Amino acid sequence: MAEIEFVKGNEAIAMGAIEAGCRFYFGYPITPQNDIPEYMSRHLPEVGGTFIQAESEIASINMMLGAGATGARAMTSSSSPGISLKQEGISYMCGSQIPGVIINMSRSGPGLGGISPSQGDYFQATRGGGHGDYRTIVLAPYSVQENYDLTMKAFDLADKYRNPVVVLGDALLGQMKEPLRRHKYRKKKGEKDWILTGAKGRSPRLLKSLYLSEGELTEHNWRLYRKYQRMKREIMYKVEFLEGAKLVVVAFGSVARILKSTVAMARDKGMKVGLFRPVTLYPFPYAALDKLSHKVRNFMAVELNTGQMVEDVKLAVGHKKNQVDFYGRPPGSIPSPDELLEEIKKVYNKRVKK
Amino acid sequence: MYFDCIIAGFGGQGVMVMGNILAYAAIREKKKVTYMPVYGVEMRGGTANCTVVVSDREIGSPIIQRPVCAIVMNLPSLEKFGPRVRKGGLLVVNASLVPEEEIRFRGLQTLSVPSRELALEVGNERLANMVVLGAAVQKSGVVHLRSLKKALYPALDRRYHKMIDMNMKAMDRGAQFVEKGR
Amino acid sequence: MKQIFKRPKALVDVPFHFCPGCHHGIIHRLVAECIDRYKLRGSTIGVASVGCSVFLYDYMDVDVLEAPHGRAAAVATGVKRACPSNFVFTYQGDGDLAAIGTAEIVHAANRGEHITVVFVNNTVFGMTGGQMAPTTMEGQETTTTPFGREPGTNGYPIKMAEVMAELTGTTFVARVAVDNPKNLMRAKKVLRRAFETQIKGKGFSFVEFLSACPTNWKMSPERATRRIGEEMVPYFPLGIFKEDNASGV
Repeated sequence: MAEIEFVKGNEAIAMGAIEAGCRFYFGYPITPQNDIPEYMSRHLPEVGGTFIQAESEIASINMMLGAGATGARAMTSSSSPGISLKQEGISYMCGSQIPGVIINMSRSGPGLGGISPSQGDYFQATRGGGHGDYRTIVLAPYSVQENYDLTMKAFDLADKYRNPVVVLGDALLGQMKEPLRRHKYRKKKGEKDWILTGAKGRSPRLLKSLYLSEGELTEHNWRLYRKYQRMKREIMYKVEFLEGAKLVVVAFGSVARILKSTVAMARDKGMKVGLFRPVTLYPFPYAALDKLSHKVRNFMAVELNTGQMVEDVKLAVGHKKNQVDFYGRPPGSIPSPDELLEEIKKVYNKRVKK
Repeated sequence: MYFDCIIAGFGGQGVMVMGNILAYAAIREKKKVTYMPVYGVEMRGGTANCTVVVSDREIGSPIIQRPVCAIVMNLPSLEKFGPRVRKGGLLVVNASLVPEEEIRFRGLQTLSVPSRELALEVGNERLANMVVLGAAVQKSGVVHLRSLKKALYPALDRRYHKMIDMNMKAMDRGAQFVEKGR
Repeated sequence: MKQIFKRPKALVDVPFHFCPGCHHGIIHRLVAECIDRYKLRGSTIGVASVGCSVFLYDYMDVDVLEAPHGRAAAVATGVKRACPSNFVFTYQGDGDLAAIGTAEIVHAANRGEHITVVFVNNTVFGMTGGQMAPTTMEGQETTTTPFGREPGTNGYPIKMAEVMAELTGTTFVARVAVDNPKNLMRAKKVLRRAFETQIKGKGFSFVEFLSACPTNWKMSPERATRRIGEEMVPYFPLGIFKEDNASGV
């Protein structure tokens, strides 16, 4: 049995990456994720890997584009303002179908904002974020163990779909420490027959996103679209306290973690409240929520923003006579389980106890 | 079982390491644990603090509004976190920096530890945080004192390992203070 | 009969899309000749940039990766670090390298990345239709400096080769032109030395080519080629600015 270690969330991400075979890290410092580059700079050389502190977030993502094009497993990490800068590169990687893992330990915005936890980057992460009609798979961990596990998974998904994968956490998930059980990574089989290695003994390969001939770009975008549709196989979500629930709270990441306590408190008080937590934010578990709405009528999205994921919840269940309520805490502070209980009570009393 | 506490003080008083040691002790006892250095505007208020949650079941929120226990190492921390302790909960106060008359919270168990005197007795006033931690653990029973002492090994950087004996003595002294009242 | 002139193997047998009198075709050919000469066809990974140079991949018979505008040096960094035994070069225009990509080129050079940079300076944004580039000459009229580039508001034409030579991290830096047979022969030799710098593991090499853009200069090909010697060379002097003497590169 693997030894249990007590690990900071950011470090768990770096550990998962190295275990999954990431050998190239490119980044630029920004709070609250600096433990990731610091860990990588110390530990990548031990496994023959390469760490570069780049001149900017823009350079980092493009170095990753270059390394990814050769088939190497590469990662970059940043926090919200830095992720905005990386969007150009992410768009090109999607267009050129180059895999890579992008960690966003997001902070509060807009602008420089602050360093407190926030979920203000939900739209940016799940709707592409940069220019062009593209998508990235988005994984949302809610514990140190999931930081580790989902980062490992992110590398497999990136290779499987030849697409960037975003791991969306925040300051809370990066700074908290929890016991971590490391496990051995099992490499997924599969030849990369598209990578650039020099055209020795074969015809040259080209990775690009520019398509100018008539109809060529439309066809390319349809291909990408079909790929995004196939990603639905990867949908993940977790549910708790659903037995007999009259109100289902939908939340992801750090606030879902806080709500785990809140929902338990609500159950103790006899309120029939359940918790639905999307783990993949893209693709979003629309079908699973829709199915749930045959049994439960009342939903409540809770987010650390003024309303982003709630739109996906409405897309999933906002039909028939279902009710979708919302509580959002704008970036800048974190609600406690007790505060969230008050918000849930208000909705519960209005919708269930009328 | 379920236990949560906020440990707060000035930066440099070693409150983060107190939280870490407590967390490692809980792991030794095969309990679930979360440790959260507190983030946000509090960082600018001159106090450092962390939240530790220990449970034998999976833990929900690592952030706690109303803890079962608070360990306050200075006056600003007492003022900030004292009122937040749950009714019937435990308030551990560093009596070397907090005047007795400031501690006036109803419905709480309070434990005032003259940490500096006791630490000097052991040999070094910098061991004050370990004295308080030993006392808090003895009083609350969240983990065994021996687990706390063994937790020093994984929690402290290797270069401080030669000080572990002193740290253990300081923890013992804190626990003894709880038992004997002096 | 002996064949004395043929297409380099590394150059694909398709017509160039470049305008008449443009020097990109010549510079492409020189790069292809070097790839042939050092037998790099099977180990080269080229990094194409954005601008007229983007179609590099249509002409070069090697693996090519398209970089976002200005980012070729960062992309090449990632490629070379992941594949240190491959030959990696970027091919970038002046808008790409000296405007939007200044940070990337300066820092790749400063890190001494083992890549070869082919930089084409034609004093104008070519593909977007003749706007001012950082290299646009004082007084030069472009679509965004209709009254001529005025240093008081637009700054001065930037001398990238000199900037590169100043950086401790660079190994080989030169500026060449292909406007007459003598300069062309010299350019060929200089480019070989840049290639050898990387092949021998000596570090970062940079060759700036002064190039004509008759279309956007609104000149005949002949007049445009003359302009290089008359106007550009006096401001952008030709020569080797830095080389690794100790190694005899």
